Amino acid sequence: MKPSPFEYVKARSMDDVFNTLERHGDGAKILAGGQSLVPAMNLRMALPEVLIDINGLSDLGTIELDGDILRIGALARHAEVGDSALVASHAPLLAEAVPYIAHRGIRNRGTFGGSLATADPASELPACALALAANINLASRQEKRTVAATDFFKDIYETAIMENELLVSVEIPVKREGERFGFLEFMRRRGDYATAGLAAYASFDGDRVESMRLAFFGIGATAVLAPKTAEAFIGRTIDQATIDNAVPKLNDELEILSDVHTSADVKRHLTSVLMTRVLSGMVQI
Amino acid sequence: MSGQVEITLTVNGETVRRTVEPRLNLVDFVREELGLTGAHAGCEQGACGACSLRVDGKVVRGCLMFAVQVDGADVETIEGLAQSGRADDLIAAFKRHNSLQCGFCTPGMLLTADELLNTVSGSSRAEIRDFISGNYCRCTGYQAIVDAIEDVQAKRGG
Repeated sequence: MKPSPFEYVKARSMDDVFNTLERHGDGAKILAGGQSLVPAMNLRMALPEVLIDINGLSDLGTIELDGDILRIGALARHAEVGDSALVASHAPLLAEAVPYIAHRGIRNRGTFGGSLATADPASELPACALALAANINLASRQEKRTVAATDFFKDIYETAIMENELLVSVEIPVKREGERFGFLEFMRRRGDYATAGLAAYASFDGDRVESMRLAFFGIGATAVLAPKTAEAFIGRTIDQATIDNAVPKLNDELEILSDVHTSADVKRHLTSVLMTRVLSGMVQI
Repeated sequence: MSGQVEITLTVNGETVRRTVEPRLNLVDFVREELGLTGAHAGCEQGACGACSLRVDGKVVRGCLMFAVQVDGADVETIEGLAQSGRADDLIAAFKRHNSLQCGFCTPGMLLTADELLNTVSGSSRAEIRDFISGNYCRCTGYQAIVDAIEDVQAKRGG
């Protein structure tokens, strides 16, 4: 199908973005990579009155190191993030996750900020943002504010972004000594949306876990952390016994919804498989 | 509210100026306005890859961009790639290995394979399959397509 008619605004400045957002409110949509928005428009599931194309705002596409923060601009393409040497050394979880995002042709166009702003429950980057304790920078004409990833994802396709705001960049604490990451997802075919996935972070003191974040996706309305399950590993080593001990906690903690392909029971089973494989991989059991 | 927009771009090396409605997808623009029918409109939701074209050097979905977005851009279609001679060996390998039957996916498959051969060296068969996973072929079962790409990679010394 073809999209319904809309007005096209090519933003040449942040003011252009804010002017149009303020004039049209909810009727305006930001067009970044368009790899979720345009399919939804082609299917007439999204019917924006106005599209604000931000692809000309090249300042929004930079990936830069700023002290102990890695800042990824909203317009950085998935392929650029995946190919970035800065990302590979300072946020290796993202380098591991990017190849799971759709296909090359989509990754050439889709953007880091767009993925977070869309907040598809089955997409990879919201879970990575949670696992990495990322901060998300938003701007409106009046103010700039920073929202922690844990406060950002509200519901299915719903985030903390207000009608007059634009997501401008994401800040990720750089990898430190003793930190390890793991990423895995199950999907029906390569590049499909996840049936269930896990982005994991852990810091170690020797072989004992100091802190851990387990961010699951593809299982409910949003990507979610499982803090009680992660808590069960603190002060311990990761081995078969501690993993087995954590599985009932995980089953208790996660609220899981069925989707059109997969029942909640199967997804629940897969979350424990994911946890076992990812954590075992972290310590090479 | 959906007024016409004038765009100027380069398509296969030639400057093109047209007036388009904002909702016109890029693949429909090149097919219907420019008569370049190599790129196909398949699923129109980004899944099948039949509409693949190159914009500013990168292979993208022609159904997930609007023509208004390529104002000032450099677009290459399969016609341009074929005429350039840069993929003659790849096209010949597709013929030699019977890497197509109906041909619907072939233009997109060739563009994606071309990007793989130009950006990555030493790909395994699994890595080739991964790279072309966004281009659906319902005829060949992919085996012959992977054969052709692998063959070209070896002959180019990569």
